[in-house]
Amino acid sequence: MSEIAVMLIKVLFLALLWIFILAVASVIRGDMFGRTVPAGTAPPTELGEAPRTNTRIRRRDRGTPRTFTITNGELAGTSADLAGGTVQIGRSADCQLILEDDYVSTRHARVNAGDSGFYIEDLGSTNGTYVNGQRITQPTTIGLEDTVRIGRTVMRLEV
Amino acid sequence: MARDIATGPPLAPTPGTVVVPRKRRNTELVLLLVALAVGLGAWFITHLNVFNAIPENWPMVVGVSVALAAVAHIVVRWRIPYADPVMLPCVVLLNGLGLAMIARLDLSMKAQSAPTQFMWTGLGVALFLIVLIVLRDHRPLQRFPYLLGLVGIVLLLMPLLPVIGHEEYGARIWVALGPYTFQPAEAAKVVLAIAFASYLVERREVLALAGARVLGVDLPRLRDLGPIALMFGASMLVLVYQRDLGTSLLFFGMFVMMLYVSTERPGWAILGTILFAGGALAGWFLFSHVQVRVDAWLDPFATPDASYQIIQGQYGIAWGGLLGRGLGLGRPALIPVVKSDFITAAIGEELGMTGLMAVIMIYALVAARGLRTSLMGKEPFGKLLAAGLAFTFALQVFIIVGGVTRLLPLTGLTTPFLSQGGSSLICNWILIGLLMVISHQFRKPVATIPEIDPDTERTQLIGAAR
Repeated sequence: MSEIAVMLIKVLFLALLWIFILAVASVIRGDMFGRTVPAGTAPPTELGEAPRTNTRIRRRDRGTPRTFTITNGELAGTSADLAGGTVQIGRSADCQLILEDDYVSTRHARVNAGDSGFYIEDLGSTNGTYVNGQRITQPTTIGLEDTVRIGRTVMRLEV
Repeated sequence: MARDIATGPPLAPTPGTVVVPRKRRNTELVLLLVALAVGLGAWFITHLNVFNAIPENWPMVVGVSVALAAVAHIVVRWRIPYADPVMLPCVVLLNGLGLAMIARLDLSMKAQSAPTQFMWTGLGVALFLIVLIVLRDHRPLQRFPYLLGLVGIVLLLMPLLPVIGHEEYGARIWVALGPYTFQPAEAAKVVLAIAFASYLVERREVLALAGARVLGVDLPRLRDLGPIALMFGASMLVLVYQRDLGTSLLFFGMFVMMLYVSTERPGWAILGTILFAGGALAGWFLFSHVQVRVDAWLDPFATPDASYQIIQGQYGIAWGGLLGRGLGLGRPALIPVVKSDFITAAIGEELGMTGLMAVIMIYALVAARGLRTSLMGKEPFGKLLAAGLAFTFALQVFIIVGGVTRLLPLTGLTTPFLSQGGSSLICNWILIGLLMVISHQFRKPVATIPEIDPDTERTQLIGAAR
């Protein structure tokens, strides 16, 4: 090939390399701030996630719970799978649901599958486990409508 | 119950608004196509420059490359749709460019290592996909800090064992099982990052306690020095018996950085730097192989025979100049071990400073996205693991590229995704898989219910509970 062609291809290739970098940089720039929408309004449908979540909520009353999910604070959305039959909650690394909270004991409470649904049992914690605002003293049956509070964290069963 | 579809905000939003992270999978697809074009383009240009013809087996190579990238992209869409959109294109570009460079060096060296490397790439992508499909959530990894720590240290020190340990180019960092050799340090990198992250999340409160105060810096308490002493011992063993300054620096640096990130105590970072500097200095006084490396770094022309590799690499980069000789038109095969250690010198020679800078920039982008993932998250284990993996990736590039360009003494680390070598390629694909899984977990929107104030709950305890 002629000198000129070699030079031209060389420069075009390097340009492609840098165009890739500039494209990545512009993606990062756009990605950094996400898209801000007013709270409370459902995200635009093009997001694709909102309608699906809604159906899940509507269908929830009929299904059996599959996960035990945190619903408030920084860890909101974190969930543990109930397929194993039990979910242990606490600060220790061997818990399925790990809470970073000074009011939570190392092994705080446990959710078990029983014959008639799920029940939660306190494992002798210091600050107690609350179901719908009441401290439990014995294993308590919980359903989809109940909220469980441990320390500052609120959790519930979800389909 | 009223239930807002709010989302986990990547940045603190102004009150009354929520930030909706974007999936950006289509953007990823476009970037992926550009990345493929760069890798395959480099291969085509080499053949055009050398033979004035396009390679004969191009339909097969292009087909397999596109198929691999497409499968990776589809599995990302299926399993981790909210993952970071730029990581995958960046590593596909680096891997493609590495393959093209190895194929180009095969032409000069009359070797056949590119097909093997291509096979390793396929295996690497397969393991990346397995991480995405099997793992999806990084949190289960948190359960076995001590077991993984032990496995990591054993992997790191495995080359020292008799029989299976294997020495090449003066460094004992290989393990040979029959005809196959691999570098267990690459696997140890990922395993130990997971072990450190889970250990430090559990113990960071204790480790953050301040001890003696020296020159305005709070040093940690003496009784907490156990873990750092253990890692220091392991990295010194690597330095002395495996004769590998790079691996030693990589692992100790990773540990000290994660310790600093988890405790927010500069004392740990300062202590770690002093310890390693002291160890490296002692190594320089005591061991001839460290002296040889340092002499080759400070004044390569004083010992031209011992520093032949570095000198050839420097000449290569210099001859490349700003725009390079053009792919296939330089003479990078004159550098010893150019396919693994010195592949960046070959890139510097044929793509010039412009191309080498671009490659380093892409590494920086991958590392920056990893650190960004770490900043975005709320859950401490994932944050620490993402920071550790991204930092280790960046540190490895810094050590080896610094060695090739004579910023640091040369060490035998691999250049992630570019160097020839299966173990490095596979482990780095797994590393990127983990980072992308973490970024999906941190970026996906979560449904929340409004904050419940514990104080109001306590008053409810008396009467109406519901």
